[in-house]
Amino acid sequence: MKIESYVLLFVGFFFGLVGLVYWLWSHEDAGSVMLLGTFLLGSVPGFYYLWWSRRMRPRPSDDPDATLEDGAGVVGAFPGSSIWPFVLGLGATFVALAFVFGAWTLGVGLFLAVAALVGVVYESRRGGLV
Amino acid sequence: MTLLADRPAVVEEGSDHEHGAGPSGFLKWVTSTDHKVIGKNYTVTAVIFFLLAGAMAMLIRAQLANPDSTLLSQHTYNEMFTMHGSLMIYLFVGPVAFGGLANYIVPLQIGAPDMAFPRLNALSYWLYLGGGSLMMLGFLTTGSAADFGWVAYAPLSNSINTPGAGPDLWIVALILTGFSAIFTGVNLVTTIYYLRAPGMTMFRMPIFTWNMLVTGILILIAFPVFTSALVLLWCDRHLGAHIFEVSGGGVPVLWQDLFWFFGHPEVYILALPFFGIVTDVIAVFSRKPIFGYRGMVFATMSIAALSTSVWAHHMFTTGVVLLPFFSLMSYLIAVPTGIKFFNWIGTMWRGSVKFDTPMLFAIGFLVTFLLGGVSGILLASPPVDFATHDTYFVVAHFHSVVMSLVMAAFAGFFFWYPKMTGRMLREGLGKATFWLMLVGANVTFLPQYLLGLKGMPRRIAEYAASDGFTTLNRISSAGSVLLFLSVAIFLVNVVVSWWKPIPAGDNPWDASSLEWATSSPPPHHNFLKIPPIRSQRPVWDYNHPEDRIIEHAKARPGGFVASGGVGTVLLADVNVDGEDTLETRDPDR
Amino acid sequence: MGIPGGAKLRRVARFLLFSTIALALGGCTLPTFGGFRGATTQGQAEFKLWSWMTMAGLVVAAIVWGLILWAVIAYRRRDPDKMPRQFHSNAFVEVIYTAVPLIIIGVIFFYTVKTENTVDALAPHPAVTVRVTGFQWGWSFSYRDPQGKQIALVETAQARPPVLAGNPTSAEYPQFVLPLGETTQIVLESADVVHGFYIPAFNFSRYALPGVTNNFDFTPVHTGVFAGHCAQYCGLYHAEMLFSVRVVRPGAFQAWLSTQPASGAAT
Ligand code: HEM
Ligand SMILES: [Cu+2]
Ligand SMILES: [Cu+2]
Repeated sequence: MKIESYVLLFVGFFFGLVGLVYWLWSHEDAGSVMLLGTFLLGSVPGFYYLWWSRRMRPRPSDDPDATLEDGAGVVGAFPGSSIWPFVLGLGATFVALAFVFGAWTLGVGLFLAVAALVGVVYESRRGGLV
Repeated sequence: MTLLADRPAVVEEGSDHEHGAGPSGFLKWVTSTDHKVIGKNYTVTAVIFFLLAGAMAMLIRAQLANPDSTLLSQHTYNEMFTMHGSLMIYLFVGPVAFGGLANYIVPLQIGAPDMAFPRLNALSYWLYLGGGSLMMLGFLTTGSAADFGWVAYAPLSNSINTPGAGPDLWIVALILTGFSAIFTGVNLVTTIYYLRAPGMTMFRMPIFTWNMLVTGILILIAFPVFTSALVLLWCDRHLGAHIFEVSGGGVPVLWQDLFWFFGHPEVYILALPFFGIVTDVIAVFSRKPIFGYRGMVFATMSIAALSTSVWAHHMFTTGVVLLPFFSLMSYLIAVPTGIKFFNWIGTMWRGSVKFDTPMLFAIGFLVTFLLGGVSGILLASPPVDFATHDTYFVVAHFHSVVMSLVMAAFAGFFFWYPKMTGRMLREGLGKATFWLMLVGANVTFLPQYLLGLKGMPRRIAEYAASDGFTTLNRISSAGSVLLFLSVAIFLVNVVVSWWKPIPAGDNPWDASSLEWATSSPPPHHNFLKIPPIRSQRPVWDYNHPEDRIIEHAKARPGGFVASGGVGTVLLADVNVDGEDTLETRDPDR
Repeated sequence: MGIPGGAKLRRVARFLLFSTIALALGGCTLPTFGGFRGATTQGQAEFKLWSWMTMAGLVVAAIVWGLILWAVIAYRRRDPDKMPRQFHSNAFVEVIYTAVPLIIIGVIFFYTVKTENTVDALAPHPAVTVRVTGFQWGWSFSYRDPQGKQIALVETAQARPPVLAGNPTSAEYPQFVLPLGETTQIVLESADVVHGFYIPAFNFSRYALPGVTNNFDFTPVHTGVFAGHCAQYCGLYHAEMLFSVRVVRPGAFQAWLSTQPASGAAT
């Protein structure tokens, strides 16, 4: 987890520096704000990971000598298949249409989106195909 | 060159039959959360957008082949270049890389069973398809499709100058695809951070995966800015927000700042995945490890970082940006890019270079990208940019770049097509595709450098015979015909591979990363067995024990050095209540 | 460990470098590579930078292309059974090809800033001031006296032009006039969307940006008529937002100015 955190901290460090130079040199607001945002985007999770990497159990994926047996155990739960991403995507597309034509599609879109959210929650609660 | 003797017979059609009850056909397309299915969907969809955008490019070139051309009306021409650019950038090069190839390959390269968030991954695809369809829907509206250029500069993009549903569709479409890209970015980063197989440390990941990690982070930096800027633009158009309007106290140039803060990183979001493909392809076909691996990783990260601090080099001629800062930062990108170039050459150096189609495309990439890079350095100089901005010199510059990326994409297609389908593409047709594309790209775009220097502005629907632009434009249009043929031959190649399949086997290229350890196409959840990971080239180490480089290996039982044994992953892949719980087990227990 | 073939390559590189420099110095005039030499002092400064940078760029490109070609030809697979040595780094070479580009960039940056300052320099007392306004789809050129009063006006007659673009220098399009050898300040504005005020022969373009006023100087060094375009896409008739500039001797300029109406419609 260390290298992972360094990657993000590199982003934080770089944009901290560049943001500062840019602000002092140009006094231009928009760019400085975006660079500040990028600094935060790198440093906030970066420091969190660094902090966490010191506390966590070492992971086999960080150990150059790990064998597959070291990783034995549950990797994770993955859905076999699910219709809800499709429904949610369709809903979002209909909602988007409403912002162009200002029409009935908003209702359809919201209905589909809410249905998908409910469906996905139930699906991961009790499982069940499609 | 098989990796494992005891692998199951290659599955002919579809990969998840051993999964039992999974849906097939249309239902599979709609419901699958398997990263391989989604990756294929993305790839095919993106290629369709590529063909559409390519057809528009042919119309553009047909129009410009003659002076005073009236083939297309001015209005249609404006629609064409806007949609050509938009489709190519937003719906083809990016999605085919991070949604298509990366989605398919990254989990395989790190030994993961799927992406970290499979449902989110599926949602990304549907948002992308929805967005893409809405953008194309613009052609069916009574007004027109968007016609303000792919950059939609304010205030040309406001409701007075470009009214109508077409532009609005363009905006909401890109909001949808923006979310799609952000979700994919999150998914890539999480997958690479959390789902690597034991022993797959960060510095053992293939460069393609490294580049996708950096691309993922870059997506998270860039896309939110663009997506919010589009929301602001919508508010300007419909709620009279006057954010980009002088009349209400707004600042038009703010749009350019927001757009390019996204737009330039976007260029590298497009490029980095292809740099990764080329890196890996060159190493495989030179039969050598990557030269300067760590330098390569560092270069990728530096390019990504620098690319986010150069946005205003697209705004040099606005007269309101800090020229030296952006010029210097732009120049600096040449350093890590140079490192990459020399590492690519170093990888081939004293290697054993074999010219299969993927390698040819990778070399085509090197040759063509260099031209785009050199002209890019010129454009990073504000005085030179003053002379060439918004001319065909710029069009030529970025097409040198994007055509090299297209070649790298084809390198990826030819390289991984056997893995994705279990079938080979034909070498002869592949080589024809390559040569036509290399020659075609340069015949099309080299004359455009000269046209730009002669003063031909971009985005003009016509020019006068007396301008002296005719000959070069004709050459350019002739070149585009070669490009058309090249792509057509590629499609023939795909059809032939379905009609008369040549089985690929697991590892047709004698390649080195993990995706070549599993069957072609891989089974549901990817691996039945994984070789020990003791270097950047686990499969190579297994196949070429005398030629491996193991930098760090304590001899541990079950480890590579001790036994050369093969671990087994993923025995329990049971579908309990619609969710698959995956376990890794020790084969000997 | 040395890179084999390096000595040969170094020799090729040196040859390319020296022959280019010899060409440039010996020939006296810099190669244009298809660009304009610049009809203003500012444009000439740009041209010098362009030419040198292009030479440098082509030399670097030639070296890299050469290396690629060399690697591809010399190390093609001859014997499928022979495995190359599996080396994968060389710290010395890697440091060199990081450091050398940094140095090149330093030099280029230095000259870029120098040129940029020349091109962007504003004369404190320009001989002529022209206020240029871009609008959909045309230009107006308003000559101002030092008090800011308009003394002459040239503008596009037909904002919605016929469908086919003509030559920018033809009479359909506005032509403004500049005195040779004197410095004219352009004050550039936009009436609606973003336009690009672009004169290829002057090696210069600048946005006409709504809400922003841009100032820059032209000091013409050649007489003649030069084409001008709108470079930044501005909507339907962008392709026809043309104009031209005529550079004449100062006496002729004054004569021309006195015949111009202080307001209204001559093109
Ligand atoms: C397949 C061969 C291609 C041809 C013949 C072609 C041709 C052209 C031409 C002639 C223009 C200039 C239109 C104008 O300024 O009036 C243009 C613009 C553009 N092209 Fe391509 N192109 C090709 C491939 C690509 C690819 C692969 C990409 C990106 C991945 C791309 C991205 C763009 C973009 C972003 C623009 C600018 C659009 C704008 O000005 O708003 N093109 N193309
Ligand atoms: Cu850029
Ligand atoms: Cu224009």
